[in-house]
Amino acid sequence: MSRELSYAEAILEATDQALHEDSKVMLLGLGVPDPKGIFGTTLGLQEKYGEDRVFDTPTAENGVTGVAIGAALTGMRPIITHQRVEFSLLGIEQLINQAAKWFYMTGGKASVPLVVRSIIGRGWGQGPQHSQSLESWFAHVPGLKVIMPSNPYDAKGLLTAAVRDNNPVVMLEHRWLHNTFGPVPEGNYEIEIGKAKIAQKGDDITIVSYSYMMVEALRCASILAKCGINAEVIDLRSIRPLDESTILKSVSKTGRLLTIDNGWSKYGIGSEIVSLVAEKRLKFLKSPPIRVGPKDVPIPSTRALANLVYPSTYEILKSVEKSLGKELLGMNWDNLPKVEDTPDKTFQGPF
Amino acid sequence: MKNLDPLQLYTDMLRIRFVEETISQEYSKQEMRCPVHLSIGQEAIPVGVSSRLTISDQIVSAHRSHAHYLAKGCDLKKMISELFGKVDGCCRGKGGSMHLFDLEAGQIAAVPIVGSSIPIGIGVALGLKRQKKPGIVVIYLGEGATEEGVFSESLDFAKLQNLPVLFVCENNLYSVYTPLGSRQDSKRSIIDIAKAHGIPAISGDGNDVIEVQKLTSNAIIEINTHSTPFLLELSTYRWLEHCGPNFDDHLKYRQDGELSNWMERCPIKKLKLHLEKNHLINNRIENKIIEKIKLEISEAFEYARKSSFPDPTELFLHVYAPREIE
Repeated sequence: MSRELSYAEAILEATDQALHEDSKVMLLGLGVPDPKGIFGTTLGLQEKYGEDRVFDTPTAENGVTGVAIGAALTGMRPIITHQRVEFSLLGIEQLINQAAKWFYMTGGKASVPLVVRSIIGRGWGQGPQHSQSLESWFAHVPGLKVIMPSNPYDAKGLLTAAVRDNNPVVMLEHRWLHNTFGPVPEGNYEIEIGKAKIAQKGDDITIVSYSYMMVEALRCASILAKCGINAEVIDLRSIRPLDESTILKSVSKTGRLLTIDNGWSKYGIGSEIVSLVAEKRLKFLKSPPIRVGPKDVPIPSTRALANLVYPSTYEILKSVEKSLGKELLGMNWDNLPKVEDTPDKTFQGPF
Repeated sequence: MKNLDPLQLYTDMLRIRFVEETISQEYSKQEMRCPVHLSIGQEAIPVGVSSRLTISDQIVSAHRSHAHYLAKGCDLKKMISELFGKVDGCCRGKGGSMHLFDLEAGQIAAVPIVGSSIPIGIGVALGLKRQKKPGIVVIYLGEGATEEGVFSESLDFAKLQNLPVLFVCENNLYSVYTPLGSRQDSKRSIIDIAKAHGIPAISGDGNDVIEVQKLTSNAIIEINTHSTPFLLELSTYRWLEHCGPNFDDHLKYRQDGELSNWMERCPIKKLKLHLEKNHLINNRIENKIIEKIKLEISEAFEYARKSSFPDPTELFLHVYAPREIE
């Protein structure tokens, strides 16, 4: 029987093995060695590798991002952490203007191997400044790579690849995934950045998603299967580079496309995918592509409103119905899971 | 590079002055089609600082980086080619005047977003210290950069980690056209800001290259013996416009007579008086120096003119670094 780890434990193990494997790897960020250890993802690493390699920082995201870039220029491989992606915005000048451009603007003479881990919040009233999924900001910029694993296996493999990569890589972790479990091999292994995974094969419709929304996508796919609809579900895993060929191949087969975004759909990842398909496979489409994502509003704190923001199982299935142009047979619309403000019943807040 | 010979200091300052003047004179030919922030009037600081540095010491610079680059011993041909947008430029034409660097000579970075070079320099020092590599890091910044929040963030980080960093603040009184008085309270002291972070700091005359050299020597001793960062604030003045090849006194953003006063305090003139007083220079020696510099400059411009533009295929090259870099 294969060993199971939580998503947080998988990140911890990947970081541990990276620190063990290469003395140039270092881990820094506010709270890295604190008792909670970035939701358990950095626990015990300072004890194991010492304060020179694993250390706390001032509350200075802009400065710390610049420091990590400078250290990377001397050959170090820093991993920096942000407990919410919103905090990373204080360092976005360094990331966009400096890290993303360095290899290009030095004519290929110096690169910035850097991993920026940021966490996306959701639920429990976290509100407008702790719940944003800003992947399209980062994915817009040539020179950055963006990874958004949806499960523990991918989290370990993608983080391992990110640390070994010679470019700045932004890893966005959904807070609701940290306590999800799945099989994870003990040794270290890489998942290639830029390769999507077909999470479920099917012929009737292509559903493209990533990060936490993959949980919803797979739930919907299993409900659809009971109605005799075989959805092909693609887990992007990497947002940039985007695995265009896997998407195009699938849409060529199914002729139908539904994207489920983790961040806002407008100017979002789904928009990019729909554009791609419109440009390259328009003739294959049997119905207009559909984008589903959080409503186009800031995320309010109260669960009375926040629960209306996120795509529900109902909304996704109705979108599939629209795409197929026919009713889903045997569907019990009244019995679907509702949008909640916690990932599961064990979650007691406050984060 | 490391030297105590005042005649060499004179040569180095004169070389920077002539390079900048040549850029200024040639700019209207429109071959150098990138913004240039010339250092005329500010030569003493980089020359004085670099005269106390070794090859393993690193510098980071900002938008006005020509003098820093040249004083550190970086390649003149690659610099001029970069301004021309040619493939033999230090960045293969992809960076321009504001991204001069030369890894062999120890200029690891120059970036024109004011203040952003500061934490990068701190990170370079951190990387050197962690890898037990020798050398200090000089971070050149203008007084405008001290207004950015990241200046304080960087002072804190540098002190917290006791990094071998020499902050060299070139206070030239203007951020583009905006004078110091419109940007900083008269009681605000850059020295005191450093000291409030636990970093020793001292100010001095940035147009006196001998003084800059002495202050740098003392600062480096302090850095090495007490494992501390150090900050120098040096007063100086830019003669030309913020960006471009011309004088701009007609715009009247400077007080009447201010520019001419500072031109009287020309760092090169000042050192020449000192050299003459000590019989270290005469016309023959000076002419020889000038002749050599002018030859080097004309060769560099010729090299840049002859160099090719990057091939169109270069457009898509270097967006991402491969797993194995040469």
